[in-house]
Amino acid sequence: MKITQISIFLENRKGRLYDVCSLLGANQVNIRALTIAETESFGVLRIVVDKSDLAIKLLRDNHFVANFTDVVAIEVPDKPGGLASILKVFSDNDVNIEYMYGFVEKFTDKALLVMRFEDADFAQQILAKHNIRVVAEKDIEGL
Amino acid sequence: MIWRQDVECAAPADLKALQSEYLRKLIPYIYHNCPVYRQKLDAAKATPDKIKSIDDIKRLPFTTKEDMRDNYPFGLFCVGQDRINEIHVSSGTTGNPTLVGYTKDDLKLWGDVMARVLGCAGAVPGDTIQIAYGYGLFTGGLGFHYGALEMGLRIIPTSSGQTARQLKLMKDFNSKIIACTPSYVLYMAEEAKELGVDPAQGNWKIGIFGAEPWSEAMRREIEGIWNMLATDVYGLSEIIGPGVAQECHHKDGLHIFSDVFYPEVIDPKTGQEVPEGEDGELTITTLTKQGIPLLRYGTRDIVSIRYDKCRCGRTSPRISKIKGRTDDMIVVRGINVFPSQIEHVLVGIEGTQPHYQIIVDRQAHKLDEVEVLVEVEQRFFSDEIKRLNEIRDQIRREIENVLSIGVKVTLVEPKTIERSMGKSKRIIDKRAL
Repeated sequence: MKITQISIFLENRKGRLYDVCSLLGANQVNIRALTIAETESFGVLRIVVDKSDLAIKLLRDNHFVANFTDVVAIEVPDKPGGLASILKVFSDNDVNIEYMYGFVEKFTDKALLVMRFEDADFAQQILAKHNIRVVAEKDIEGL
Repeated sequence: MIWRQDVECAAPADLKALQSEYLRKLIPYIYHNCPVYRQKLDAAKATPDKIKSIDDIKRLPFTTKEDMRDNYPFGLFCVGQDRINEIHVSSGTTGNPTLVGYTKDDLKLWGDVMARVLGCAGAVPGDTIQIAYGYGLFTGGLGFHYGALEMGLRIIPTSSGQTARQLKLMKDFNSKIIACTPSYVLYMAEEAKELGVDPAQGNWKIGIFGAEPWSEAMRREIEGIWNMLATDVYGLSEIIGPGVAQECHHKDGLHIFSDVFYPEVIDPKTGQEVPEGEDGELTITTLTKQGIPLLRYGTRDIVSIRYDKCRCGRTSPRISKIKGRTDDMIVVRGINVFPSQIEHVLVGIEGTQPHYQIIVDRQAHKLDEVEVLVEVEQRFFSDEIKRLNEIRDQIRREIENVLSIGVKVTLVEPKTIERSMGKSKRIIDKRAL
């Protein structure tokens, strides 16, 4: 099951990250997971929020370039070797991860990781086959 | 159809003989009838006795828009005002407007070259044309009107605007040809859809579009939406109005009517003609006009020119679509750079809309540096850095190919490039020259 990530283009300028966060905050959109990829002149902010349709509308109305991206949120055992055990499954099955990052909080005793795959559908088949639990959109909204 | 087979398809030597004959008559005519020109010709040592053939045109001084403004209103006229039959005025954003006056023969010439335009686009006598260029002081409406009269077309002089009525008249009178600006025909397509009319089912089969720059992408869009042949017409009021050059159905350059409007493509830096096929400023001499003849008039439009015979049979030289304006040209490391070249690259890269800015800077004792800022568009934005870098590098490579100098490309957020009057400010030159 895929969840929706919002990716936002940001120039490396003072206050741009603040602008995004304050815009979302003022409209009661809660950020659940976040990461920034940066280059020397620009960055891409990637977030998972509880109200993604509202968030993307707000962003675009305020002249941000923002897109939806399908990602998968995976439950990972929160103990030494937990992530490695999952990654081994991907490695064994030739599944490529473009990037990944962690959720701010968790709602079971397991850690939550957002993963962006080259081929999300294939990745999900592998996950299902190995009984690795993924998190649904409604779980995020309820977090 | 080819309206003037005799000149449009003339053998190059015959054409040259005709141009030489016209020029030999023109120079004494100007010299003896216009004090301003007389002074210019004397200063350039290009007196009538020196001008024997069209090749001597290189001896003649250039004329610019400033000359027209400085001598407003009547300084450049070669006839008394009693012989002027029509006056057009083009809007000037600063200072005096540009004024053009036509004698009766000038109006005949206009009708003749406009009939050639219509024939070149595919019109034949008896066709119906809808002229949706503005009638009035602007030369577009009346220029087409005179050409259509000359050819014997049925004219619907709608002028511009009132789109619903344009569409109704198109249907009711089954007009085959539409003449207007390219942006207006696209606007009319939107209106048509709103009114429940499918533009592809419209009557127009030929469009003659001009008076503003437009791209090949826009042509494809117009032809697709309207199911018509979209051709480009070129002209400027100082020369005659529309009627200087026109595309035939091969759409492979605009045939310039060089028997009466002699073209040269000039390097604005050196004042010398550029080699065939290279970009420069289109410079025109009106060989037969009486009211305000112009010698080597700088149009400020950047084109290239070719002299080979066209598949349509015409031998008249062909100019490219307008590639830019000399007003915007900058020189970087000895290379002429036109913003439109960069715009062209951006339009060519899929999904890129040209919101860009060129920054030229020079550090002490260093070479000039060019940075091109490109606004990121929703359509080509990706969550992956590597994809964004690929697009940036592709833009950089293609610009470098066109300009032959290294540039830096920086992706910026939308709406961050300063806009003045709806248009972006294209060039920021920070060099202390």
